[in-house]
This record gives sequence, structure tokens and C-alpha cells, in this order.
Amino acid sequence: MSDEQIDTKLERIGWLVLLLAFTSGFIIMSVELLGGRILAPYFGSSIYVWGSIISIFMVALAMGYLIGGRLSINRPNLGLYGLFFLLAAIGLLPIVFFADNAMDAVFSAIDDPRYGSLLASTLLFFIPTALLGMIAPYSVRLMVDNTRHSGQVAGGLYFVSTLGSALGTLLTSFYLVLWFDMNTILITMVGVLLLAGSLAIAFNRRRS
Amino acid sequence: MSRVQVLAFACLLCIGDVSGEVIHREKSLYQNIEIQQKGDDRCLVFAVRRDDRRQSCFDTENPDRVVFSYVRMTFGGLLLQPKPSSILIVGLGGGTLPTALNELYPTAQIDVVEIDAAVVRVAEGFFNFKANDYLNVAVQDARVFIKRAARLGSRYDLVILDAFTGEYIPEHLMTREFLAETRSLLTEGGVVVANTFSSSKLYDYESQTYKAVFNEFFNFKLPASGNRVIIARPAGLPDRKTLEANARALAPSLNRFGVAIESFPKYLNTRADWDQTAPILTDQFSPANLLKNR
Repeated sequence: MSDEQIDTKLERIGWLVLLLAFTSGFIIMSVELLGGRILAPYFGSSIYVWGSIISIFMVALAMGYLIGGRLSINRPNLGLYGLFFLLAAIGLLPIVFFADNAMDAVFSAIDDPRYGSLLASTLLFFIPTALLGMIAPYSVRLMVDNTRHSGQVAGGLYFVSTLGSALGTLLTSFYLVLWFDMNTILITMVGVLLLAGSLAIAFNRRRS
Repeated sequence: MSRVQVLAFACLLCIGDVSGEVIHREKSLYQNIEIQQKGDDRCLVFAVRRDDRRQSCFDTENPDRVVFSYVRMTFGGLLLQPKPSSILIVGLGGGTLPTALNELYPTAQIDVVEIDAAVVRVAEGFFNFKANDYLNVAVQDARVFIKRAARLGSRYDLVILDAFTGEYIPEHLMTREFLAETRSLLTEGGVVVANTFSSSKLYDYESQTYKAVFNEFFNFKLPASGNRVIIARPAGLPDRKTLEANARALAPSLNRFGVAIESFPKYLNTRADWDQTAPILTDQFSPANLLKNR
């Protein structure tokens, strides 16, 4: 299969990639916001707890961008793209099931809540966030078909995924925490990611 | 009108009457702090634009007098634990309460947890607050302090929760898990006293949460005061006679603080006057700041 053939095929799945990029943007920020709540019982809700969370999310996203970009070089396809979503879903599960154990251990080992919260953030959020970060550059590669429009495509994707992030932040902080337990919200996001990944893989099968 | 009612009424006036002269203003990491002086009363205000709520006041001419009714109500906890030898106070404010307790019980170990270092400086600079061998202040998040203290095996006869400024509520200090950790810090017969929210939906949620952790508790309200103080003791609540006997014994020493303790027992009741179908607050679900406005 030549690169050209891939490109024509992928042109028709632009809407799907945009939808999935939106979803990942939404979930990244929703999890980040819940992160403050998750850490508070062990490390408080002081400014340094947010400092820990935000910096770990930034580093994880940075690593994700790097790896996702690297993986997009050879034979970009919706199958691998979908796999990122499935893995991210699995990566969120430890937050639901092992967060208390992990934070308990960190709390016992480290007295200073600044470094405690930094380590706990790393353990809980680094892997799923990095996996979600891989989606962004890979989305760009899936949608770009020529250099001339590459900036425009990237701009459109950032637009959609950042709007997703804004909505994820807003909905979570205004409503979701008022309506649901945190774990319910997290499990729902795991479900959404599994659905998103399956959708991408299904499309990949149908078209290959 | 009884003396209590007069005091309570006078205090309503002092809350309603806003803004003296601002003698100090400071922005801390957590809040805007103002010190206001009106006549002899000096108040620490965590500045809020609309409702300028005074957080802690003291009388510069008569520093012993406890100006605020809700702070006076906190002494109600002593009715269940008249001789505490160790006390934990969450939230320093102007330091009125720890200072008074330190004077009342000079050999009791008193630990205060305050998240904001600026509040400690202001309490020292403007409210004559002074730490000493028996009175310590830890600048720390209370949840972290209490969890750590519980693991180290610290125990207190009296724990006073007073961390709420009115504007922003630390939601992780409202949950069932937090109260369970607090409860685990109590000695046999230890007492928890909490200044809590008396209005909005939060009243129902918070009451249910305390009930879930402590079963029965005294829901302490004074007429003409908008405050509610929760007094709980896992070992069980004393009867009215015991409360009254303790009140009589405490009255002489509390008199100089303006605390009319003998009038308290009749207002300590266990009747549930809240919506008992309200959900409890947990680490998983604690939208306290959103509930406050409902």
C-alpha cells in the first residue's frame, strides 16, 4: 500500500479523528481536575498540590507528544490510534482501584506533602496522561495529506481538542462532581475511551 | 431578656455593623486578610467583597472577652470534657480560642493547625497571640496533620474544628473519611467540637455526615445566633444533670471570657432538625462549595 493510497482513505475519516481528539482533550482535563480531589485527603489542597499535578500532567503530555509523533512515522493507521485509547483506558483504572493504596504508601514514606504529592501524581497520572498525549501528534499525521495544509490541519485539531479540554474542565468542576462520585466519573471516562478506541479499530478493519 | 440573649443580640449587631477602620491589609496565598479596628474591637477579616464577614475579633481594652458568639459556643465542648489535658484546634483565626484555652488550662498541651502562615503572623502582630511551651502552631493542611498525627499515635481529649472562613470551604475537611480520622485521634471520652454551616443545603449534608461518623451528637444552637456548633463524643453523650453540674463548676473560670456557660446545657439537644435523607459527604463526593449556594 503506497502512502498516497493511505492518504485518500484517511481523508474520509477526518470527522472521526476530530471527534476522538475532542474526547481525549476532554478526558485529559477532567482527570487533571479530579486529580486535585484525589490527592487532597493525603496531601491537602494547598497550592503545591496543584503545582505537582499540573507539572506532572505537562511532563507526561510532553513525553506523549514525543512518542506519539515518533510512532506516526511508519504506516499511520486507525488501528494503532485506537490502541492508544484502549491503553489510556486501562491506564486510568489504577486511579480507581489503587489510588488509596498508592497514596497511603507515599504518605508513609514521605513527610513533606510537596514531594509526596509530586510522587503520588507521578504514580497515578503519568502513564494515562502520556498515553492520552500520544493521540495529538498521531491525529495530525492521520489527517495531514500535504505539507501545504499541515499547519491548518494541526490548527484545526488543536482547536477541537483544546475546546474538548475546556468543556471537560467546565463540566467536571461545575456539574459532574455535584452529580456523581469521583470513581463513577472515572469509570465512565474509561468506558468512553474504550468505546472511542473500538470505534477507531472498527473503522480501520472496515477500510483495510 | 436574659444575659445570654442580650449578649447574643449585641453580637448580632456587631456582625451586622460592618467595616471599621482598616489598620492592616495583606494578600496571602489563600486569602485577603484585613485587620479592622472599630472602637475597642479589633477584627480579623478574611475579606470578602459582598458580605464582609468578621472572622475573629478581640477587645483591645479587655482582651479576655470573647467577642464572637460562635467562639463562645465552642466552649460548650468543655461541658463534656471539663479537664482536657490535650487539645487540637484546626484553624487559628485571631488566636482568641487557643489563647483562652491556654489560660484556662495552662498545663494542657494545645496544638493549633493553620494552613496560612500569614494568619499566624497577623495573629501574633495584632491579636497578642503567642505560642509557648504548651501552645504550638503548625502551619500545615489540617487533613495532612491529622492523618499524620493519627499514624504517630497522638491522642487528644478535645478536638475543635474551626477551619471555615465562610467564603471558601476546604472540601476535604468535610468528609466522612476526614471525620473518621479525627475521631481516631480522640482519647477515651474525647470530644469533637465543630463550628459548622447553619444554613443552605450544606446543613443537611453536613449533619448527616456527622451522624454517620459519630451517631448521636449535640446540635448546639443559641437563640438569636445564626450559628450551629456540633459537639460529639464517641463514648456517648452525658445527661442533662452532668452537663449542668459541669457548667456550674466551669462558670467561675469562664466568666472573664464572657462565656455564660450555665445557660448552655438547655440548648444542647440531639434532635435531628435537618433533612435526614440528605446524602453524606465523602472523599468521593464532597461538592461543599457548590452546595453552600443552594
